[in-house]
Amino acid sequence: MSTTTTVERSRTTGPNDRRRPRTRPVVDGVAMPGPLERTVKGVVLTIACALVILPFVGIISTSLATPEQVTEAGGFVLLPTGIDLSAYQMIFAGGVVTQALWISFLVTAIGTALSLALTTTLGWALSRKGAFGVRAMLLLVLISLLFNPGIIPSYLVVQRLGLLDTLWALIIPTSVSAFNVVVVRAFFVQLPNEVIDAARIDGATEWQLFWRIGLPLSKPVLAVVGLFYGVGYWNAFFNALLYMSDASKWPLQLVLRTYVVDGAQLGSQDLGIDAASLPPQTSLQMAILVVSIVPVLLVYPFLQRHFAKGMLTGAVKG
Amino acid sequence: MTAVKESAASRRAASDGSARGSSDGSSDGGGDNGGSPSTRRPLPWWKRLARDRAVLLLALPGMAVIVVFQYLALGGNVIAFQDYQPYLGVERSLWVGFENFQILFSGDPEFLAALRNTLIITLLQTVFVFPAPIILALLLHSLVSNRVRQWVQSILYLPHFLSWVIVVAVFQQILGGAGLINNFLRSHGWEPLDIIGNSDAFYALLTSQVIWKDTGWATILFLAVLAGIDKSLYEASAVDGASRWRQTWHITLPGMRPIIIMLLILKLGDSLSVGFEQLILQQQAVGLGVSDVLDTYVYNQGVLGGFWGVAAAVGLVKGLIGLVLVLVANKTAHAFGEEGVYRA
Repeated sequence: MSTTTTVERSRTTGPNDRRRPRTRPVVDGVAMPGPLERTVKGVVLTIACALVILPFVGIISTSLATPEQVTEAGGFVLLPTGIDLSAYQMIFAGGVVTQALWISFLVTAIGTALSLALTTTLGWALSRKGAFGVRAMLLLVLISLLFNPGIIPSYLVVQRLGLLDTLWALIIPTSVSAFNVVVVRAFFVQLPNEVIDAARIDGATEWQLFWRIGLPLSKPVLAVVGLFYGVGYWNAFFNALLYMSDASKWPLQLVLRTYVVDGAQLGSQDLGIDAASLPPQTSLQMAILVVSIVPVLLVYPFLQRHFAKGMLTGAVKG
Repeated sequence: MTAVKESAASRRAASDGSARGSSDGSSDGGGDNGGSPSTRRPLPWWKRLARDRAVLLLALPGMAVIVVFQYLALGGNVIAFQDYQPYLGVERSLWVGFENFQILFSGDPEFLAALRNTLIITLLQTVFVFPAPIILALLLHSLVSNRVRQWVQSILYLPHFLSWVIVVAVFQQILGGAGLINNFLRSHGWEPLDIIGNSDAFYALLTSQVIWKDTGWATILFLAVLAGIDKSLYEASAVDGASRWRQTWHITLPGMRPIIIMLLILKLGDSLSVGFEQLILQQQAVGLGVSDVLDTYVYNQGVLGGFWGVAAAVGLVKGLIGLVLVLVANKTAHAFGEEGVYRA
């Protein structure tokens, strides 16, 4: 998209006619950077990218490396010499980690579906300008963006509803994000009125308008919002910490905190196996980290393709 | 964030809608002068209610969640004025007036430490974390190659999608006692560094974690703003012989000013919330002395300690201060001729 032109910096009829006119390529009005600037930027960005990528490489390598190599390295391995999958076999053997993975998976699947259902229906209703009560409801949603009721009051509500120590405590309180409602609504608002009117003249009900016109025309934003919800449920730590005291119902993030951040030892009975020798704790910890990161990495490319389009139109406009 | 601005925009749009209500028929007939175009008199509310019942039905479940978990929960703050006992509930617990708030004024050392730590972290975040994405966005925007820029963006956005648990674990693995850096130091015969669990280095650690996690992601907004700056301004200034630095100073930065101010105002409102998850995860390693902030104080005192009333009082004051800060900052921005977050 950039247009490259050349602008002569010195006037041809100036007193400096002798000097060779300095010409620099210009891209979209901005002169090309000089070699020094380009080198500095290249170095800075390379370091920044390395700082993001190298930890992942280290984590994956350590989870795959042989026990001998991990022991010898005293922990972290950057390049594995051999590959040993026993750490993965053990965390998937049916113990606490397997259980937590299953819970996180359930919460993410049910939560994302519920969130999408609630967010799109509410977003659609709020996009029906002029309908009864819509203005008041929109105001309620927007004001809720400005405050947070606080940790204790939130806890009391969840307690009152009898959700403590149930998986619903991980789902329902965060099921509607006011911000996402506003984003989805912004998409529905900009749908062409003609299409909706035409459908209405053909006798479509409100539900049919939403289901047949609103949803299909807003797939990109729904994909982004859905993936944001999904990542949110998968990563949810705060709600789990607050509402789940029963360790048998812990989602992955609490297990990660206990066995990786706080460094509690994973024994045979935690893993649900009968093994004389376990891989080094570091290998097990890194394997848990990897399985918690992989789902995010899998949806990431998809998310990336859409979020510029999906999020920005919702967020920047205003 | 812009949502609040949007309320004004949508009010305008809504009145537009009702102005052309005649063509939109039943759907857009609401508003002040909507309804039947011939008489220009609004329908009675019960007729509009009946007409729009399908819309209301669609809104109901989502609204219910927002009302219960935002507005109803807000009411839970009344226990700040109670000697709240969980087995008695809100209805039967004793009212104690402002007794719970006295902890704020009596100078309880734990509370003061939490307040001090919160303010230190806020200051660090404003000075170091806030400008980072602006600088990175300028850097990315100045790249000529779109392909390189997209690759770098893809990589730098990624940490935002990791949970705090993972981020803290990653930092431990790199910087901890048996971590990558210390292994390297030891294998070369140098002294290992104590970074994780060292209270002197804790704030530097916190700051670098936030920068690592969210700087890339936060550039999105700034890059969108940069992409929206009128290209002809650059072209005109290039013809006039402006250097790259002068272009940045006189065109790019002024173009970013409104969004920077808006984000600063929003940040101010959040300034007493300095990252509950990040801090609670690391309290065991460094101790409460440097790591207790208002949010973790509320959690530790209330949910863990059972001092519900005191915790709610602290949370309530924290929320009120945040709200007041946003309102004041927004007014101030208007006084300086800026757009701010919203107009009321």
